[in-house]
Amino acid sequence: MPDIKSVMKVLKKKKADFPESLIEEIADAHERHNLDDKELNELIDRIKKAYERATVEDGEAVGTVAAQSVGEPGTQMTMRTFHYAGVAELNVTLGLPRLIEIVDARKKISTPTMAIYFDDEYFDARFEKEEIESEAERERFKEEFVRKTANMIGKSSMNDILKNFNLNYADMNIAVEIDEDKIIDKRLDRDDIIKRIEKAFKRVQIDNNMLSFEPPAPSKKEDDTKIPIRELRLLADKVRDLQISGVKNIGKVVISKEGLEWVIHTEGSNLGSVLKMEGIDKVRTTTNDIHEIEKILGIEAARNAIIREAQNTMEEQGLTVDVRHIMLVADMMTADGSVKSIGRHGISGEKASVLARASFEETGKHLLRASIRGEIDHLTGIIENIIIGQPIPLGTGSVGVIMKRR
Amino acid sequence: MKGILKKIAQINFGLMSPEDIRKMSVTKIVTPDTYDEDGYPIEAGLMDPRLGVIDPGLKCRSCGSKGGDCQGHFGHINIARPVIHVGFADTIHKILRSTCKECARVLLTDAEIIDYKDRIGNMVKNEESITNIIKEIYTVARRDKCPHCETEQEDIKIDKPVSIVEGNYKLTASEVRERLEKIPEEDHILLGVNSKVAKPEWMVLTVLPVPPVTVRPSITLETGERSEDDLTHKLVDILRINQRLKENMEAGAPQLIVEDLWELLQYHVTTYFDNEASGVPPARHRSGRPLKTLAQRLKGKEGRFRSNLSGKRVNFSARTVISPDPNISINEVGVPEMIAKEVTVPIYVTPWNIEEMKKFINNGPKVHPGANYVERPDGRKVRVYPETKDAIIEKLEPGFRVERHLIDGDIVLFNRQPSLHRMSMMAHEVRVLPHKTFRLNLCVCPPYNADFDGDEMNMHIFQTEESRAEAKSLMRVQEHILSPRFGGPIIGGIHDHISGAYLLTRESSVFEEDEVFQILMRAKIPLPKPKGESWSGKEIFSLLLPEDMNMVYRAEICRRCDECLKQECKNDAYVVIEDGNLKSGVIDDRAFGSFAGKILDSVVKEYGTDKAREFLDSATKLAISGIMKKGFTTSTDDEEIPQEAKERIEELLSKAEERVEILIEAYTNEELEALPGRSLEETLEMKIMQVLGEARDKSGELAEKYFDINKNHAVVMALTGARGSMLNLTQIAACVGQQSVRGGRIERGYSERTLPHFKKGELGAKARGFVHSSYKTGLDPLEFFFHAMGGREGLVDTAIRTAQSGYMQRRLVNALQDLSVRPDGTVRDNRGVIIQTMYGEDKVDPAKSDYGKVVDIDRVIDEIRIKSGK
Repeated sequence: MPDIKSVMKVLKKKKADFPESLIEEIADAHERHNLDDKELNELIDRIKKAYERATVEDGEAVGTVAAQSVGEPGTQMTMRTFHYAGVAELNVTLGLPRLIEIVDARKKISTPTMAIYFDDEYFDARFEKEEIESEAERERFKEEFVRKTANMIGKSSMNDILKNFNLNYADMNIAVEIDEDKIIDKRLDRDDIIKRIEKAFKRVQIDNNMLSFEPPAPSKKEDDTKIPIRELRLLADKVRDLQISGVKNIGKVVISKEGLEWVIHTEGSNLGSVLKMEGIDKVRTTTNDIHEIEKILGIEAARNAIIREAQNTMEEQGLTVDVRHIMLVADMMTADGSVKSIGRHGISGEKASVLARASFEETGKHLLRASIRGEIDHLTGIIENIIIGQPIPLGTGSVGVIMKRR
Repeated sequence: MKGILKKIAQINFGLMSPEDIRKMSVTKIVTPDTYDEDGYPIEAGLMDPRLGVIDPGLKCRSCGSKGGDCQGHFGHINIARPVIHVGFADTIHKILRSTCKECARVLLTDAEIIDYKDRIGNMVKNEESITNIIKEIYTVARRDKCPHCETEQEDIKIDKPVSIVEGNYKLTASEVRERLEKIPEEDHILLGVNSKVAKPEWMVLTVLPVPPVTVRPSITLETGERSEDDLTHKLVDILRINQRLKENMEAGAPQLIVEDLWELLQYHVTTYFDNEASGVPPARHRSGRPLKTLAQRLKGKEGRFRSNLSGKRVNFSARTVISPDPNISINEVGVPEMIAKEVTVPIYVTPWNIEEMKKFINNGPKVHPGANYVERPDGRKVRVYPETKDAIIEKLEPGFRVERHLIDGDIVLFNRQPSLHRMSMMAHEVRVLPHKTFRLNLCVCPPYNADFDGDEMNMHIFQTEESRAEAKSLMRVQEHILSPRFGGPIIGGIHDHISGAYLLTRESSVFEEDEVFQILMRAKIPLPKPKGESWSGKEIFSLLLPEDMNMVYRAEICRRCDECLKQECKNDAYVVIEDGNLKSGVIDDRAFGSFAGKILDSVVKEYGTDKAREFLDSATKLAISGIMKKGFTTSTDDEEIPQEAKERIEELLSKAEERVEILIEAYTNEELEALPGRSLEETLEMKIMQVLGEARDKSGELAEKYFDINKNHAVVMALTGARGSMLNLTQIAACVGQQSVRGGRIERGYSERTLPHFKKGELGAKARGFVHSSYKTGLDPLEFFFHAMGGREGLVDTAIRTAQSGYMQRRLVNALQDLSVRPDGTVRDNRGVIIQTMYGEDKVDPAKSDYGKVVDIDRVIDEIRIKSGK
């Protein structure tokens, strides 16, 4: 990038220490507007002045401001869950409940969902290998591939591929006919299905597409109180619900085309397994389950996920909150290498100061524990100093005056 | 002058040993009675005079200081048999479980002991919490066999709240205490007990401290009856049982009776500490109200911590109803004279202000710019009375402090609850005004979220010069025009300011010169040179704009046409400002409204807060003068549409309802195709909702066509963003639309139907809460009912939401409040742990940024190019 270099050169000359994002922005503007050297000089002079004016002051209580900026719009949010923009078929928790879920760092979120993207490079490689030339054919191949992957991810049960399902009370068996067309339509593997059926049910006879299930043989014991008809019905349910394909923890999938691209949205989430699949874009494919991201991609990814999720939630409600506030919340939650919740089981419960913990929640517990542990409160925090009636160590209170003796 | 205050460096926590308690005590308490027949406190009773005095006239028998100065002194009760402290019951249980019943060592191998001690030592050195590692030890040390003496261990259980059971044998408190005593000191730390300040056996009480009377004052009722504090009641119970237990033990009573009495004593001591402990019925007052004992005094929102330590009651504050005053500046607050005479500002007398101060004192406490108190250099405070004022004036000299009334220009703090963000507390300048309400400029309503339907607000008066200086530079209203949440203006014009500015600046507004000067005079704007011809409204507004201002944006009334005609826009929505002249476009919400004002935003950022305040003050005043010149009213006429339109809307709606019927028929005939991943029912619902939604929108659009912004003031308000929306208007004029409960059509009520007026299973539009009428024609009873259902849900929703988001915010603030930016640019908490290496990754303060960016680079480039000759 030649323009970044030229911008950097001017910056060095002017002794301006700009953050990366700002330099990139200037370089971008430099290119778009085709600035000459004089204009670039002037621009950087002005930005330098603006940047100096816009930098945070030392001692600024950024934490409180961030907390207020994230919390205050909460009153304006809705409580209900709505449809996801674009994918009307999936319900996703939004609004205040979702925001609370994020800051709580819940282990089990109410509506886990994934957005799965596909890797164009993988497609290109496949096209080359299989010598698919025409654009239309390539599109068809893509769609076929996407649908196949979607069916591999999404949960299908026997119920989805049945043609006929008969409960035969006379013979005490269940006659099932599998619909070959549906299998093909769902792009499933017939042999695999049969294997799964055989594994799940011992007393099954398979004759091409006709299957016959029998309930387990009544045991010879006297005290067997099982009612045969009930057993048969239970078996029927079991047969219908038998999962024949899909990734664990993922239910429904919805295929949609966003622009020129195929995207799969899922109900339920399993990032680890999906990332291992072929042809998936490992960079953009994501989930809204923050703990899963932490487990699979690490803490920095979790931090970014918190920022993204919180910001999407806010934006969806039409509220603008500066990223920096959300970043600070996310950084606080992830600062020690694991995702901690905001509240008594997380950050607030692990504070160093006894008084700070006692004045938040579970007053008695913290005071009693402090006494046998012989804890010492160094009174460096905000509430501690308010409690004992001293100025707080933030902002104006964070500086002192030293007099020079003459 | 007050002496230099000492700074508290740290607070150490620890347990008190029985010796400590006895040493601290001034007397042993034995008698459960409090006062004798004459009403004097009994010696060695709970109200023993040595425990301190409350009466201001009396002197303390222990320390000699007067009531009020004496903080009180502890006494003690010797407990006949040990009792367990409820708060520590769990800890005691865990410690016993982790130690050997024979040799009392921790049930850890020697290797483990060394390892854990090492780890704990490190953590203590780093001042980390050892709670987790202690928890780990408690689980590891739960062994069946002691690694030190090979004794088989029995399982120890806790029977809530305080009974500890080993195997099948219930340990008495004395036995528990003996076991705890036996634990060697070097093992203490492994059990989470810091041997420097606590011993495990101290968790079993043998002596009980009795708090001084100042902690549990008795109240004398008007009838002369004495009412004791809850704690005193509890202590009386403890003493009574303790006495009986002692007597019985001395008399050699049967084991069973002693056991029972001990249990009772344990109960009383337990509830004395915590009356909400699980597994204990709470001790009650005679009236049946549960007693408020020690734990309850500290706990929760009304407890000592949250209501007396983290938040405190203050002097020099005032509260009253607020009302609007468009004539004062946004920086000001109107203070009723009554309040101004009550709350005071302390002023040090100097040679330069002594004459002024004398005038204040001469006015006395009852005449407005007066003074209430004078404090002499020795700290004595004298109240100013009309009779004494002359004597005070005589003695007044530099070094005195005069508490004078609030006067115009004083800086005060103004606040409206809930204080959700920092703009909920801002510093204002005082304007003393007649009448009894606080007056505020309408532009500051959005940050406080205030309206005038009876809202009250609080005012606090700064008492030190430092606080005034700090408030003036950091907290003044004009410093908060930009919100730190998104870097845009949060203070700005509302309601009539917006409609007024629109009426003034729209194309058709032309004024004769005399009218212009009337408007300007009224708005207190410096008069320009007469130009001898009529003025356009845009020219009038341009008088307020800075001379070198250039900007282009789309106004709120912009209809977002497919192709923008720019300056030729027929709505006049394309705003162009060139060199401080409004060339085209109208002034509306996007110009100087709160949350949206582009011009206001740019004035703050380019010209500073002083200019912004001036701009906002004069712009709003101009708008008000404009609206008063033009006249502005609305009535139901504004929502009237011609008969022909009504018929078309009717037709549209019945067509939609027909389509719904068709959909339902398709569904019953099983012809409906399900959407992917949805059931048939869901698909039907979605489709019906879509059809009805469309019908409402279309009927709205139809009605909109008859709304003319040039003739209709309701539309002016909706389109300029002053108040209301087009949706509100179309609901009044055309069709209210679908009512919803839980995000869908109304389903609840009777079995399989919403109301008995419908058939079971009916799915039609009307049967599921579609309101076909408009507000103006009126709703029929069924529609009204469904409308009320939707309305109620909204109310419930809001109530729950405020509670939930309030708690979320409390947690957020609590978690983040210790963070600050350090001189090295990092963000750290109070321990010095780095949270961010550079604030926000670019060190930019969002409150000072341009919607999150340092600057709008494109605009800067444009400016540079314009300056260098385009």
